[in-house]
Amino acid sequence: MLLKDEVEMLRRITLFSGLPPAKLKLLAFTSDRVMYSAGENLFHQGDIGDAAYVILSGKADVLVSTPTGQLKVAEVEQNSIVGEIAILCNTPRTATIQTTTPLEALRIRKDDFLKLLADFPEMAVEIMRVLADRLSQTTSELTEARSRAQRAEA
Amino acid sequence: MEPRLSRYIWTHTRKSQLWILLIVALSMIPYFMSFDLPKQIVNGPIQGQGFETPGSTQLFMPISLSLPFFGEVNLFSGIELGRQGTLLALSLVFLLLVIINGLFKFYINTYKGRLGERLLRRIRFELVDRVLRFPPHHLKRVKPAEISTMIKDEVEPMGGFTGDAFVQPALLGGQALTALIFILIQSFWLGIIAFVIVAVQAVIIPRMRRRLLVLGRERQLTARELSGRVSEIVDGIGTIRGHDTSNYERADIAARLGRIFKIRYDIYQWKFLVKFLNNFLAQVTPFLFYSIGGYFALQGRLDIGQLVAVIGAYKDLPGPLKELIDWDQARQDVQVKYTQVVEQFSVEPLIDPKVQEVSVAPPAALAGALAAVNLTIADDGGAKVIEHVSFRLRPGETVAITGGTGGGGEALAEALGRLAWPASGRIVVGDEDIHELPEAVIGRRISYASSEVYTFQGSLGDNLLYGLKHAPLTEVVYEGDKATHRRWELLEAKLAGNPSLDLNSDWIDYGAAGATGPKDLFGKIRAVLDVVLLTNDISALAVRSTINSVEHEAFANEIVEMRGALRRRLEAEKLSDLVVFFEPGSYNIEATVGENLLFGTVTDRTRWETALEGHPFFKTVLKRAGLHETFYEMGLEIAENVVELFRDLPPDHPFFQQLTFMTSEEIPAYEALLQKLRGRPLDEVSEEDAIRIIRLCFGYIEPRHRFGLLTEDLMQKIVEARREFSDGLPADLVGVIEHYQPNRYMASASILDNVLFGRIGHKHTDGSDKIRAIVRDLFESLGLYNKVLAFGLDFDVGAGGKRLTAGQRQRLNLARALIRLSDFYIFNEPLRALDQRTQDQITRNIFAFLHDEKRDPAIVWVLSNPALSELFDRVVHFENGRLVHEEAVETPSKGSDYKELAS
Repeated sequence: MLLKDEVEMLRRITLFSGLPPAKLKLLAFTSDRVMYSAGENLFHQGDIGDAAYVILSGKADVLVSTPTGQLKVAEVEQNSIVGEIAILCNTPRTATIQTTTPLEALRIRKDDFLKLLADFPEMAVEIMRVLADRLSQTTSELTEARSRAQRAEA
Repeated sequence: MEPRLSRYIWTHTRKSQLWILLIVALSMIPYFMSFDLPKQIVNGPIQGQGFETPGSTQLFMPISLSLPFFGEVNLFSGIELGRQGTLLALSLVFLLLVIINGLFKFYINTYKGRLGERLLRRIRFELVDRVLRFPPHHLKRVKPAEISTMIKDEVEPMGGFTGDAFVQPALLGGQALTALIFILIQSFWLGIIAFVIVAVQAVIIPRMRRRLLVLGRERQLTARELSGRVSEIVDGIGTIRGHDTSNYERADIAARLGRIFKIRYDIYQWKFLVKFLNNFLAQVTPFLFYSIGGYFALQGRLDIGQLVAVIGAYKDLPGPLKELIDWDQARQDVQVKYTQVVEQFSVEPLIDPKVQEVSVAPPAALAGALAAVNLTIADDGGAKVIEHVSFRLRPGETVAITGGTGGGGEALAEALGRLAWPASGRIVVGDEDIHELPEAVIGRRISYASSEVYTFQGSLGDNLLYGLKHAPLTEVVYEGDKATHRRWELLEAKLAGNPSLDLNSDWIDYGAAGATGPKDLFGKIRAVLDVVLLTNDISALAVRSTINSVEHEAFANEIVEMRGALRRRLEAEKLSDLVVFFEPGSYNIEATVGENLLFGTVTDRTRWETALEGHPFFKTVLKRAGLHETFYEMGLEIAENVVELFRDLPPDHPFFQQLTFMTSEEIPAYEALLQKLRGRPLDEVSEEDAIRIIRLCFGYIEPRHRFGLLTEDLMQKIVEARREFSDGLPADLVGVIEHYQPNRYMASASILDNVLFGRIGHKHTDGSDKIRAIVRDLFESLGLYNKVLAFGLDFDVGAGGKRLTAGQRQRLNLARALIRLSDFYIFNEPLRALDQRTQDQITRNIFAFLHDEKRDPAIVWVLSNPALSELFDRVVHFENGRLVHEEAVETPSKGSDYKELAS
């Protein structure tokens, strides 16, 4: 896949859709193109976050470790970005990402990503929107889980 | 330390000072003889006194003494010489005296110089010795740069002064006194006048100079502070730039320089005022002689001959006097400096020298428990960090300290590690205070590691073994010149009060690491490196280094042989696409176009650049291979892409680090070049422009840059051109390129590149990790791993270990503590820079390691992760500087413990 194809892929991701093509090309150029086979980890929960990943093709599970073992909390696939939280707020990774199919991704290093955010505030706003979306989704899931738990107790 | 410099000098150089005084006195004899001789030569043979008649002779050098009771004793009756003979003989005597005087001077100066240098060496050593014995709280207060300026620069003038400290006043004082007495003999009143003026000079001038000394002290202080500030700026440059406070620093420096300027200018003003006054007083005396002496002469109370003699004698007075005053100035100056330095280094309580005495014998194991008794520790401000804590660590026991930052656990650990001294209470081993036991026992039987790490400049291996270097354990046998030199070293060290410990001796205490000698030490090193998970880091450093393939020929050959093994291994594991190997007959997609074309690496960048620009060889080969035009087109494409990508970025943007084709400064030039060249065929383009475009191709790697420029056909052509490049390489380019040869070690490439003999594919993120793991495995199975690690131990860690990451430094520091067999290990959150998972892993490793081999040392560990407390016998919890909770860990209820602590 060539640089210009990657730019096309990036454009389809909500986070980047608003950016001018030249910047997308720069983002693609400064990122690494990486490939994984099924069952590999993009990163581990608890690691220091050093990069975000844009999934170009393939699928992966989002796993969280609990005292009872690994719990799958979500699935990610083509055209999504993962790992941006840890590089945004300097916390350890909140989850493990494990591929379920062969996967191809663009690896955006933390420094480059932050630099882009600083250069293009519209991207920061977009990030906020995506995070808020996710938060509301998580909240509703939590509410649902709680009510289910209450029902089970009753 | 002795507060007065003169006494300090006298105490340490008394014998030498007396000797040199004697020599100076002796040297006066030929010195005065040489004064009298010119008169004799002129009056005698030249003007003819005593040679009135032609042919008359004189006795040369009759020596006779008139002694009481014996009368005239004739020792040497002299030689009869004519006029010319006498002239020659007297001139020769003059020459002889010149030589003797010169030799005296030479001897005296060297002797004084040596005296001074010895004293300087003594002072410097004594100061550093004191630094080594400073109490911890003082070291927190001083700036390292200021201490080193004092030791390096400020004591230097004392060495120079030492030689003159007693000789100069004796000599000059004697001269001045002689002149004064002569004047007094000639005329009492004129003598009194001269004496009064001299007294005024001797009283007023030094007094005025006292102000100069005060200013000098200020100058010294401000200069020292300046040097401290400058080093602070250098150390803190990241913080300064990060907070945009560079202008605050500028203001601060400018203000300091302004103050220094003012002080220095004041010094100049005073200095010249003093000089003026001094000269005036010196000149006013002749005025008094002329006027008052002349008046006496007119009145007939003084004869004219006497007056002339007095004025003549007075000429000899100001010289020595001035020098004497200068000497006094120098004395006060160095005294001030000395006092300053002594003040800074007189810190109480210094550690008793006995505590740090050299001890070669291995100390006996500590038998009792390590305990804090009613311990209180205060910080610099006097606030109590821990208060009335009693804590006991029995031999063999393992204790976890929890409570987090500010709880007080770290302070207790620091106190146990002797980094903080108790404000009250004691720390004891058995019954003895650890501050009174010799460091030879405490420093070896108790090991301490925290996250505050100091890594010394030097190799990684030196740093790892640093904790074993307690005493020179072997007696080095020197032979021939080296033995003479060693004897000299010992003698000089003794004369300057320095210790005679031999740095060339083997300082490594193998026994303290559980090894028997250099041979099995490596096994121990390997074990601790494995424990702290540093082995992989070191092997990674090692494989990235280049080695001298001539010196390590056997190893280089083994590496070359590994290439085949690696291929087979990758094939067996179906990972062949991890590495793209260099094949003489095919294009390597993961290597640059340049590498593919040359099939080798450039060893001399600058020669290569000039050759590329000016050498006709490249152009002809490219043309013949049909690549000239293709490369030009390709270069244009790369330039278009790069300019489009980077045009809008500011020149210091971090993205430029990823730009390998050109520098940020070249972008506008290429932009202009593209404008000029767009749409023009190659034959209309100047040679120079064409080269600038073509050279861009050499760094291109398709999978990395992804511009889509390489076609099958092009790759084929490049491979075909290889042969031309290697065979037809002109003589003046030999050595610029090192060709890839499957069966030869490439000296300019790293160990890893030599093993791979190819390039790691870009597709796999952890491709390089994977390949490193495989290579490591191969090294291990071929028995080469320890050799590789040994190269890694040679890695230079840089000043303060800056070439290692913070995590690596902390692990190295931990390994340094672990390699010593101790009775107590104190770990004060030693791995703060690492992530939790690695910290847990290393902690578990350390437990396994320390409780192996029938050893059972006590461990106290300040934990940041309470989950690990299950490993310990006991958990001690601190809050607000107090030990609030203590309980034994019960193994069965691990799970519930964890949950409680975690919540």
